[in-house]
Amino acid sequence: MSDTPHAPAPGLSAPADIPTAVPEADEHRRVEELAAHAAKEGVRTGPFASLGGIGGLGGRGGGSGGGRGAGALRHLALVIALGILCGIGAVTKGSSFATTSNMVLILSLAAVIGVVTVGMTFVIIGGGIDLSVGALIALASVWSTTTGSQAQGPAVMIFTSVLVGTLCGLLNGLLIAYGRLVAFIVTLATMVATRGLAEQLSDRKSQIVTADTFLSIAETRWLGMPLLVYIFAAVVVLGWLVLNRTTFGRRTFAVGGNPEAARLAGINVRLHTCLLYVVSGFCCGIAAVMLTAQANTGASTHGMLYELNAIAAVVVGGTLLTGGFGSVLGSILGVLVFTTITDLFILNNLTTPIQEIAQGAIIIAVLLIQRWGRGRSVTT
Amino acid sequence: MSTSLDRRHVLFGGAAIGAGALLTGCTNSSDNDKSAPQVKAGASSSGATAGKAVTIGFSAPAADHGWTAAITINAKAQAQQYSDVTLKATEGTNDVAAQIQQVQSLIDAKVDALVILPFDGKALTEIAKKAMASGIPVINLDRIFASGLAYRTWIGGDNYGMGVNAGNFIARRMKAAGKSDPVIVEVAGIDNLELTQQRSKGFKDALAANGLRLAARQAADFTAATGQRVTAQLLQATPKIDAMWNHDDDQGIGVLAAIKQAQRDKEFVVVGGAGSRKAMESIKADDSPVKATVLYSPSMASSSITVARLIAQGHGMADLVEHEVPASVTTFSAVVTKENVDQYMAVGFS
Repeated sequence: MSDTPHAPAPGLSAPADIPTAVPEADEHRRVEELAAHAAKEGVRTGPFASLGGIGGLGGRGGGSGGGRGAGALRHLALVIALGILCGIGAVTKGSSFATTSNMVLILSLAAVIGVVTVGMTFVIIGGGIDLSVGALIALASVWSTTTGSQAQGPAVMIFTSVLVGTLCGLLNGLLIAYGRLVAFIVTLATMVATRGLAEQLSDRKSQIVTADTFLSIAETRWLGMPLLVYIFAAVVVLGWLVLNRTTFGRRTFAVGGNPEAARLAGINVRLHTCLLYVVSGFCCGIAAVMLTAQANTGASTHGMLYELNAIAAVVVGGTLLTGGFGSVLGSILGVLVFTTITDLFILNNLTTPIQEIAQGAIIIAVLLIQRWGRGRSVTT
Repeated sequence: MSTSLDRRHVLFGGAAIGAGALLTGCTNSSDNDKSAPQVKAGASSSGATAGKAVTIGFSAPAADHGWTAAITINAKAQAQQYSDVTLKATEGTNDVAAQIQQVQSLIDAKVDALVILPFDGKALTEIAKKAMASGIPVINLDRIFASGLAYRTWIGGDNYGMGVNAGNFIARRMKAAGKSDPVIVEVAGIDNLELTQQRSKGFKDALAANGLRLAARQAADFTAATGQRVTAQLLQATPKIDAMWNHDDDQGIGVLAAIKQAQRDKEFVVVGGAGSRKAMESIKADDSPVKATVLYSPSMASSSITVARLIAQGHGMADLVEHEVPASVTTFSAVVTKENVDQYMAVGFS
């Protein structure tokens, strides 16, 4: 789906009115200005129909113009869902749910998967998918906690983890963008292979972290908030800024919405696609540091099924799996909804099967509300 | 039964064979991360001297957990203790079809005895029956087959007993502390496994027998990361806790991390499960909330090789009156505490 379109082979006669070369540099700028304008106005016509959703991406966060409508509605559905969940929590287990410590707990448990989800949002908006995130976390956590790495101290452990994640993301990106392979299959393959490598490296044992400085990442609190939550917040803010306030972000929407149009507009679609997976890998590296500190270990079992949790959060957050439309804010709301559900169930001491049934049902319900909202916004 | 913690019960399989010294340091334990395999020298009266040379086939699930890893390591190490045993071990797999094929290949190789720890006991029953029908005695390790026709001898742990012993230990401890209505919570393993259900049932029954009840129970996935998540939330749900039983020491790393992160590591007693080296070390050092762990020792794999050898050579167990090796051997889930940790350190896995 993120396969890069390329110019027709010389043997094929391309229609004369379709340019086969990259436009001039100034043309390039004109097109991007047009895209930005389209986004601001929420224009859903013309060659940038697919870019029209960008306005929605600002959502409640301050986008202006008509394009905001659909995005805000999507977010509204999630906020309502979150509100209902909190209501249930307050009624069933008010004494332990409606407390500051519980809110802090929900945020700190959402932190790791939240960071992964920010990266996943970029990839999915860019028209791709990354199934390897969980396995990358496992590999990064194992690699950074080998006896060799631990001997080098916490700074090296953090560096190793982020580097491993980023490089694995780069590998994904190169294979998908330049090897012209389907993202689903490539990341499926790297998912299996990286988890295998993690098992090989760790000998399938839990590698206990002994450095107290490293563990303090999960134990330190500033103003009552765990450091993990600050890291999470920093990644979200950074992700939001990059996606909504930079050329990189605009190009991401363009590439995901219509790669051919993006290419014609002078965007290096392959390079951009590749970079999206690097972003995802980088986020996994950070998430691995957080998870390793939180669980006191590096293990090849880390990050099991995180790819599904992240994709579910992104989709529930209103990002289209087909690319070109979505928001970081929605994804984070999605993550918070899921974390709150788990929290709610454990507070009420319900068994795992019931938790799973309810989780599935809630995903469907949120999607239905969104579908209803979208249908309405189109007809009115 | 819960109070008899003596060594003889714990090492029932081995003790029954009446072997000599426990060789703990006989390995490449230069690396601290590696646990010493649990082996016992073949200096017993039942076939102590080298007998008929036998080939034993061995098939187990993938070593994706400290415990399963120790199972394979132990089996191999024990086989090396016998000059008359050749071990044919297949690569561990969690794919049922692959394991069936592996067992078939061992049958085709005409091994003298088969030791099988099935990934799924029910799924491997037919192939084990086939092995028995072709005259190869099957020693069923831990996860039991669905039919008695599928094995000659079963040797394994006691999951229900593990829960019972954990429950009794906590009950005694609470009584000693003078707590009449303590808040007791449980962090279980993978919930849809039979073994988890049995452990939880044993725990609940033992608490009930002591007039106590379980305040909350949640299941993790036998991994440190899930242990941390579930415990963090369990702690939030239960503002005051007196005792906690965690089924598995590997997931216990995460459980302890969560307790420490919530700054509640002075509040209550934690009892672990399975018996990892790390858990035993912190019990000994007395530097964490873990005050005990209930064994589910992978030393059963070592014993299974001994049993397989005896059966293949036609011997019985010397300390017993029976002419034949018994049809089932259940290992005892001892409670390891600070007082007796030294004698169990050797069976801790990493």
